[in-house]
Amino acid sequence: MTVVTSHRSPEVAGTAYHPAAGGHGIAVEIDKFNLWYGKSQALFDVSLAIEKRMVTALIGPSGCGKSTLLRALNRMNDLIDGVRITGKIAIGPQDILDRGTDVIQLRKRMGMVFQKPNPFPMSIFDNVVYPLRVDGVRDRRLLVETCEQALKSAALWEEAKDRLYESALSLSGGQQQRLCIARAIAGNPEILLMDEPCSALDPMATSRIEELIDGLKADYTIVIVTHNMQQAARVSNNTAFMYLGRLIEYGDTDGIFTNPTEAQTLAYVTGRFG
Amino acid sequence: MPEHIVRSFDEELAKVKELIAAMGGLAEAQLSDATEALARRDTVLADRVVKADAKVDAIEIEVESLTVSIIARRQPVAIDLRGLVSAIKIASEIERIADYAANIAKRTFALSQSRAWDDIRAVVNISRLAEGMIRDVLDAYLRDDVALAIDVWHRDEEVDGLYTNLFRSLLTYMMEDARNITACTHLLFVAKNLERIGDHATNIAEMVHYVVRGHPLAEKRPKRDTSSFELGTALGDKKG
Repeated sequence: MTVVTSHRSPEVAGTAYHPAAGGHGIAVEIDKFNLWYGKSQALFDVSLAIEKRMVTALIGPSGCGKSTLLRALNRMNDLIDGVRITGKIAIGPQDILDRGTDVIQLRKRMGMVFQKPNPFPMSIFDNVVYPLRVDGVRDRRLLVETCEQALKSAALWEEAKDRLYESALSLSGGQQQRLCIARAIAGNPEILLMDEPCSALDPMATSRIEELIDGLKADYTIVIVTHNMQQAARVSNNTAFMYLGRLIEYGDTDGIFTNPTEAQTLAYVTGRFG
Repeated sequence: MPEHIVRSFDEELAKVKELIAAMGGLAEAQLSDATEALARRDTVLADRVVKADAKVDAIEIEVESLTVSIIARRQPVAIDLRGLVSAIKIASEIERIADYAANIAKRTFALSQSRAWDDIRAVVNISRLAEGMIRDVLDAYLRDDVALAIDVWHRDEEVDGLYTNLFRSLLTYMMEDARNITACTHLLFVAKNLERIGDHATNIAEMVHYVVRGHPLAEKRPKRDTSSFELGTALGDKKG
């Protein structure tokens, strides 16, 4: 009898899991990252290496810190009063937590997609080229080209090409979310951060986004936070399971869902938690 | 292992195990009856065994449809998924075991026509070993007992060894007197069926290991059935 098991890299709980060599390298290196909201600590010594041009899923029950960790990657937690951090988050040679980091520049390297589609109340075209306009691009041809490219990458071009100057709010929820992805990639980021990108969408629209994610990973590093474990299993290459602010287990998705190492991960992915 | 948040999921998984237990118990009884029918030349019992095979087949279909339904509705992962995929495979192993038992029963009709053979005792011995393997490997499955599964896995060596011995002596009888060939051939098939039953129990033991540990049993499989290499030697060496 032969049984096919996953090919997973060895790992030690609590230490940085380094995805196996042979990939595209590391996009983001999180090292002993701690975060406090006022007096309460939300993240404890999280160390995580996010692979380039791969999809990394952050899973865990509500309050485990996965969204906080995602938001730390583009320093969105800076906007919250009383947040204190220690540790290091490196993108290449740059520690993005450094005081000297230009947060605007940092956020340009990251596209962010939120739980609820948030198109701006303007035309589809204006939405997509928004990041370029903010950058001062006025070249009409460049804007039109970028718009088409981004909409094509977001698999929305066919549906939107004849109504580019209509309000983005006239699109369906799933189309709006793809528009937000188009807008996120129009600025040519390195990393796409997705916080529950499908939780407001129906199953068909969800499948389209998942198909899109699968295509986008050829060009972008994607980090996705999801409550939907099946979605994490379907779309991601690596999965990090977090619980109560700690990284419990990080490994290739295949291993996490077929034979997790930690008892807490096993309980969570099999629905035994609580 | 803690229970699932959704209790009906646990109930369904328990139902799968129950079906496998029932199916395994039936197969074990079938083997025991088939061997008894053979030893006692009881064609009525043999007939009953042949007819009862359909029950095992029916449970296999039940296991399969329940398992497929659970996978479709619950999207199980990790140990739950391994358990369900293995349940389908284990049911198929048990179905094979029952088929071999029915085949042994069928040969009772032919063998009851021939003279009595002392070697029936050796056949009964192999059968008892095989029955013990089935019983224990099912216990191992029901209790997630990897140590017991590995113990069963090792016991297959003994079955293979006894089979090889019996093979040699039957071969000798056939060479001594061509009139023995019909009965000895039937006995040989009976013995081979028992040897295969041991292999199926071994396969189930490997699956128990896989379900519980999450990876295949790494040791090399015991293999003592050397009869396939020995035919030439035995034909040249009349002592067998």
